[in-house]
Amino acid sequence: MEITFNGTLHELEAGTSIQELLDQLRLDCLQVVVEHNHNIIPRQRLAETVLNNGDTLEVIHFVGGG
Amino acid sequence: MDELIIAGRSFKSRLMVGTGKFASNEAMVAAMEGSGSEIVTVAMRRVDVDNPQDSMLKHIDPNRYLLLPNTSGARDAEEAIRLARIARAAGCEPWIKLEVTPDPYYLLPDPIETLKAAEVLVKEGFIVLPYINADPVLAKHLQEAGTATVMPLGSPIGTNKGVRTRDNLAIIIEQATVPVVVDAGLGAPSHAAEAMEMGADAVLVNTALAVARDPGAMGVAFRKGVEAGREAYLAGLGKQQDKAEASSPLTGFLRD
Repeated sequence: MEITFNGTLHELEAGTSIQELLDQLRLDCLQVVVEHNHNIIPRQRLAETVLNNGDTLEVIHFVGGG
Repeated sequence: MDELIIAGRSFKSRLMVGTGKFASNEAMVAAMEGSGSEIVTVAMRRVDVDNPQDSMLKHIDPNRYLLLPNTSGARDAEEAIRLARIARAAGCEPWIKLEVTPDPYYLLPDPIETLKAAEVLVKEGFIVLPYINADPVLAKHLQEAGTATVMPLGSPIGTNKGVRTRDNLAIIIEQATVPVVVDAGLGAPSHAAEAMEMGADAVLVNTALAVARDPGAMGVAFRKGVEAGREAYLAGLGKQQDKAEASSPLTGFLRD
């Protein structure tokens, strides 16, 4: 299946949870905030939230800024 | 120096620093330490999985600094509100520097969208510090909406031009019931001192520190500028006038 990850199409196995995807991408869930189809997903729900074909995921972190 | 109080929280430093544009995390930390700041701003962006970077947050001690996320990049109220909620979900305290800048060339803040976003965020329990043009009427509307400060610009972001909005800034300071933080465009410690001499409660500096040859030393220089300006304001500056007034006595000279 295919999802949109930070604006680009991303191929992944059906049934993948958000936490599994973060692990595959070596992203620390404590360092990022995830928006799934425009809804913020609390950290404790990343493992139980399963991605579906056509979903949109935004993964945001802090960077330097004024 | 007297304490700065924002939303009931007191700070010894009246200098906030931004963390953007530094050549390295080490340079950023040096500037933060030199400045004596207790409030540092950060931005939020998409993670780049192709170019993983060391988290800059690891370099900021949360016991020493209040993290103030900004909504930079937001072009309207909706995007700014979305970013503020993301910052809170990241575990930050609900402090947000509200920035809505639809124009990428001058990065001037959109007053209408900023007010709209502020009204929503205040209702959601955020402590809102809005970045605005030096517009006294807008500043009043924002403080009435419940923002914790107003943050009028000295000159556009990153221009290093200093306080070019002096007259309107003076009106904002005169009418403010919340702290006035002069943000953007302060390129030299003298600019920061000028804003503080006028009675601004604090200033925010980023570019001037980030582009300095020695960011740590520039942090110290800005700290001194802010302190000098604040102390001069509290001490009471003399009025400007056109006619000279001798500092030395004019009587008892060597002739009649």
